[in-house]
Amino acid sequence: MIFWARACVTIEEMEPLTDAEVHELSLKANAIRQTVIEMLLAAGSGHTAGPLGMADIFTALYFRVLKHDPKHPDWAERDRLFLSNGHITPVRYATMAHAGYFPVEECLMLRKFGSRLQGHPERERLPGVETTSGPLGSGLSQASGYAYAARMDGSTNSPQAADFRVYCAMSDGEHQEGNLWEAAMFAGAKHLSNLTAIIDRNNIQIDGNTEDVMPLEPLADKYRAFGWHVLEVDGHNIPQFIAACEEAKAIFEKPTVIIAHTIPGKGVREIERDFRWHGKPPSKDEAVQFLSELRTLGGKITSEHQ
Amino acid sequence: MINPDAKLAANIFEKPDLVPTRDGFGKGAVEAGKADPRVVVLSADLKESTRAEWFQKEFPERYIEMGVAEQNMATVAAGMANYGKIPFITSYAAFSPGRNWEQIRTTIALNNVPVIVCGMHAGVSVGPDGATHQMLEDVALMRAMPNMIVISPCDAEEARKATIAAAKAGKPVYMRFGREKTPVMTTAETPFEVGKINTVWESSSRQGLDGRGLASTDVVVFATGPLLYNSLLAARELERENIQVVVANVHTIKPLDRETIVSLARAAGAVVTVEEHQIAGGLGGATTELLAKECPVPIEFIGVQDQFGQSGTPVELIEYFSMGVSHIVAAIKKVIDRKEV
Repeated sequence: MIFWARACVTIEEMEPLTDAEVHELSLKANAIRQTVIEMLLAAGSGHTAGPLGMADIFTALYFRVLKHDPKHPDWAERDRLFLSNGHITPVRYATMAHAGYFPVEECLMLRKFGSRLQGHPERERLPGVETTSGPLGSGLSQASGYAYAARMDGSTNSPQAADFRVYCAMSDGEHQEGNLWEAAMFAGAKHLSNLTAIIDRNNIQIDGNTEDVMPLEPLADKYRAFGWHVLEVDGHNIPQFIAACEEAKAIFEKPTVIIAHTIPGKGVREIERDFRWHGKPPSKDEAVQFLSELRTLGGKITSEHQ
Repeated sequence: MINPDAKLAANIFEKPDLVPTRDGFGKGAVEAGKADPRVVVLSADLKESTRAEWFQKEFPERYIEMGVAEQNMATVAAGMANYGKIPFITSYAAFSPGRNWEQIRTTIALNNVPVIVCGMHAGVSVGPDGATHQMLEDVALMRAMPNMIVISPCDAEEARKATIAAAKAGKPVYMRFGREKTPVMTTAETPFEVGKINTVWESSSRQGLDGRGLASTDVVVFATGPLLYNSLLAARELERENIQVVVANVHTIKPLDRETIVSLARAAGAVVTVEEHQIAGGLGGATTELLAKECPVPIEFIGVQDQFGQSGTPVELIEYFSMGVSHIVAAIKKVIDRKEV
């Protein structure tokens, strides 16, 4: 299954998602959240809030935005998705499994000895993850280097000449790293319009709320000052996020950053917006409760979009 | 006597050519760039002194100016290598790998992409710049890292060859270069193969035993970088005293040429290591880790002993930190004494 075929239709005809398609994607995101909870329970360690908060965006990426082929993860023309904040990799693994890269059951091998699903993703272990990440603040540089190299091989007159796009998903907390701003400066200076960055703006990090730990605002203005095209979306509104990804493709002179405002722990009401859930997994009882809530909420999510 | 198989320059003891090893990088990068269009060079605002400029002049479209941002240089290069380029990243060793070690570890070494990290102005011989710029821990930092090849060329010609070889390695590589003009000992004909070390000086009485009952080789000196020259001078001086020394040029510190090092150490029964680097974690450390297990013989170390550098001329500093010819001579005599006990 090559997802690009659908994406092509989207670009050329700019058709908005139908209600049925939105419904389908929402159900998919909900299923991915359930897989994330099951993975974390089986692993006994890992991060909960970020993966749940980014489930809608990863669903949109893998089931609508990215040009990719799960059966051929090294396809030369695939879009490249760099995950900078490697600690939310459970949501990427779960989404990749649901998209057909590997069986969903393998997700339960997260963090296990000998598993391809390392606690933080490794390029040489699992095809399709594009790079090794975990230490924060270096994904945007790698994505920028990749985009720059791709453009070198394309027409120098056309930054869009390369036949794929480079995406980079980042956390908000990692914007406290100096390396990240070096990358933002580089990508802006080099007008890397074949690069779309996505920030999970969930306002939490391990020690508390980002604005208490070390304020990031005005984040959008900072990116604008560095030469970026800035879009802000509701990170749980899948059509809005997809539209932002489409708009980024149309921006010729600048890299685009999509600041996606998300709710950490989204989908499990008890833990939403609670920074204490950044870096811990659910206990068995909690997992049962969270899964039950997600399954029940399946109906609610459906009704919101109908 | 000079090992004839090493094909060293004829004039090395009379009037050697003096060229900094960074010039060898500059030449080698241009040659590597001609041979392979995937080669690119990144610079962190030091293109003249690192000789990255030589590549820029030849291939302006394949030269990338990063500004003063070594962490970004390493990670952008990781992305470019991931794509399929062969990036050389150039700065002073104090900053790269000094400042960007974690980026090199995660995004280059663990990621296993072929970025060549080029640390210039390594060692105390940077001179007047002082301790901040005198990188003495780079080999230790890079040697401890899985997947990383570590090369420390002895002169500009070997640096040129090493640069060309690094572009073909297909793996992460660290190369260390010096600022100062140093003697060019090797020639285009001198063998160079990554991971295969060469002897440049051998005992003149290969056969039989000498008058003191020692085997034909008294000591083997493992030297890396431009201090190979001081090691040769020391060996030549001792030959006049009928002390038979073998000098090996350990241009590749990782992977270490275990087989050759063990066999030379076994034949000599005593070892001196020579490097312009901290002994801890450098060539001294690497050699000792190997020989402690495979061939435990007395070892003496020439190198910096857990100190920072300071401003001065290169000659003053090499002497101050006990890396001069007289220090190597003394270390050789000392290790022979230990052997005889």
